[in-house]
Amino acid sequence: MATDTASRIRNNPYFVELEAKRGRFSWWLTAIMLVVYYGFILLVAFAKGFLGIKIYGVITLAFPIGIGVIACAIAITGIYVLRANGEFDALTARIIKGER
Amino acid sequence: MRGWTRRAAAAALLPMLATPAFAAEGVGQIDISQTNWTAIAMFVFFVLITLGITYWAAKRTRSASAFYTAGGQITGLQNGLAIAGDYMSAASFLGISSLVYNNGFDGLIYSIGFLVGWPIIMALMAERLRNLGRFTFADVVSYRLSSTPTRTLSACGTLVTVAFYLIAQMVGAGQLIKLLSGSLLDYWQAEVLVGILMILYVTFGGMLATTWVQIIKALMLLGGASFMALMVLIYFGFDLGALAAKAVEVHPKHDAIMSPGAFVADPVSTISLGIALMFGTAGLPHILMRFFTVSNQKEARKSVFWATSFIGYFYILTFIIGFGAITLVRTNPQYLDAKGGLLGGANMAAVWLAHAVGGNLLLGFISAVAFATILAVVSGLTLAGASAISHDIFASVISRGRVNEKVEMRASKVATVALGIVAIFLGIAFEKQNVAYMVGLAFAIAASANFPVLITSMYWKGLTTRGAVIGGFLGLVSAVVLTVLSKGIWVTVIGMPAAIFPYDNPALFSMPLAFLATWFFSITDSSVGGKQEADKFEAQYIRSMTGIGAEGASSH
Repeated sequence: MATDTASRIRNNPYFVELEAKRGRFSWWLTAIMLVVYYGFILLVAFAKGFLGIKIYGVITLAFPIGIGVIACAIAITGIYVLRANGEFDALTARIIKGER
Repeated sequence: MRGWTRRAAAAALLPMLATPAFAAEGVGQIDISQTNWTAIAMFVFFVLITLGITYWAAKRTRSASAFYTAGGQITGLQNGLAIAGDYMSAASFLGISSLVYNNGFDGLIYSIGFLVGWPIIMALMAERLRNLGRFTFADVVSYRLSSTPTRTLSACGTLVTVAFYLIAQMVGAGQLIKLLSGSLLDYWQAEVLVGILMILYVTFGGMLATTWVQIIKALMLLGGASFMALMVLIYFGFDLGALAAKAVEVHPKHDAIMSPGAFVADPVSTISLGIALMFGTAGLPHILMRFFTVSNQKEARKSVFWATSFIGYFYILTFIIGFGAITLVRTNPQYLDAKGGLLGGANMAAVWLAHAVGGNLLLGFISAVAFATILAVVSGLTLAGASAISHDIFASVISRGRVNEKVEMRASKVATVALGIVAIFLGIAFEKQNVAYMVGLAFAIAASANFPVLITSMYWKGLTTRGAVIGGFLGLVSAVVLTVLSKGIWVTVIGMPAAIFPYDNPALFSMPLAFLATWFFSITDSSVGGKQEADKFEAQYIRSMTGIGAEGASSH
């Protein structure tokens, strides 16, 4: 890519918008996943008693929490793909159109 | 109550099993592990279908792009299934269900770790990988950095990761085939068979055949596991409480299987494993390569969503299967050896559960699925390894890009055959190792050697070749050395009295070391080359964000 093309796209308002929105969104989702997962790992490492609380028969709190982490991972990828394939790709298409 | 009667019948048979005449025949000969013709028929059927696909794919695999990436024409859903196929290895299926069988809840810690890397890949990497890469992840790393050193690094990281992963798969394959073919095949013959089939798929069919083998196998595995889980649930009247209560009652650890336990004893090992699993996913070469098989970033994102959904669903199934095995396999002497261990080795819980809930037919089907799984995963791994050798080492580093496509493709086929032979020998050498544990090591190496370099190359303008190479190699070497010094190899394999590195997994130390070294040796790099590399970041960044100029993205 030529330098002038690069700097032209860099200053394209759609690109600036895409960069700001997607950047914030990506890091938020990443942060949520990190907090949820390492929260879970820290519970496993330091709060075994808490996870061992029985909630239904012999089933402990560890199970819904664990399944919840799995559900959270799937939900994050779903939320990202929904927004990115719609809103973000529409912005990208505008940027590409401007380059033709 | 069918199961209870069968258990009673099996208990009555037990004295007969212990007769000297039987014992003389060896472990592989106990009633249900005689040559399982159902399994063999289904496996042969799978092999014929996949060889047919390979023949079809071979005619379409005439260019390097077709060989490495199926021409970039795989859809998001297909790629998602294939990624899930790559990821739901025999180690996941047999290893994790056996971890649950032995340790209960602890198995879920592994599953969750395997899954949580995917949202990170989605949010930070998927579209950038697609927009920057062509055939291997080294393409991304070397986009603005000096080609020779960074490709050498990436290829080394790829090959070491692939080697550890391959060992786990090959060992699983050998155990399973030896067990289920009865006297038909020895362990080493099973290894040779897997090696040859894998070589055929990859050399002739390239990525297209490998992808379809993965897709078919993923569907078989999801179908088979769903059916087993359903049978377990039906047995307990869809009452998870009853399943858990029975498991606690019959498991020797009782209540301990319902909460985190001894398997992840010390906090440092737990956190270290967590880091390895989460970030290792984002550094597995055979997974990263799959992002180049789709046409654009939209499809790349869809791939991750489908893959995450299938994998998450599958892990929930393995959990039900593991608990089902505690209640239905652990209590049935038919599946146990004299010491109460599982017949055929520690990883057979899911296989015997298939027999317990569905008789010989389901045992045959699940065994065939497990073979198919291993075959598909080793094919994906071999293709990734061969690509690193032919595309990165041979075409770029040794020949400096001056080879034509035909020569490069021939090199990739030679590399495939060589890797296949190496895999057979590794599989034989590591016969007695625990499968799931080896995969943990592969993830630690991927997290320490490949991930730091890849993510900094995409996100950090200040990264220079010097920083990437020193950081990446330190990550690789420290992960391997710490692994060798930990209990799993130092004590168990080498036979030394005590481990020098006290934790089970090195990632907590080796990954930050890689990042730190990458950062330090980049910021202290005042070379002209380093400055030029920083200047090239902007163009790379814009392409990574928009896909402008990306391979295969120009068609729309």
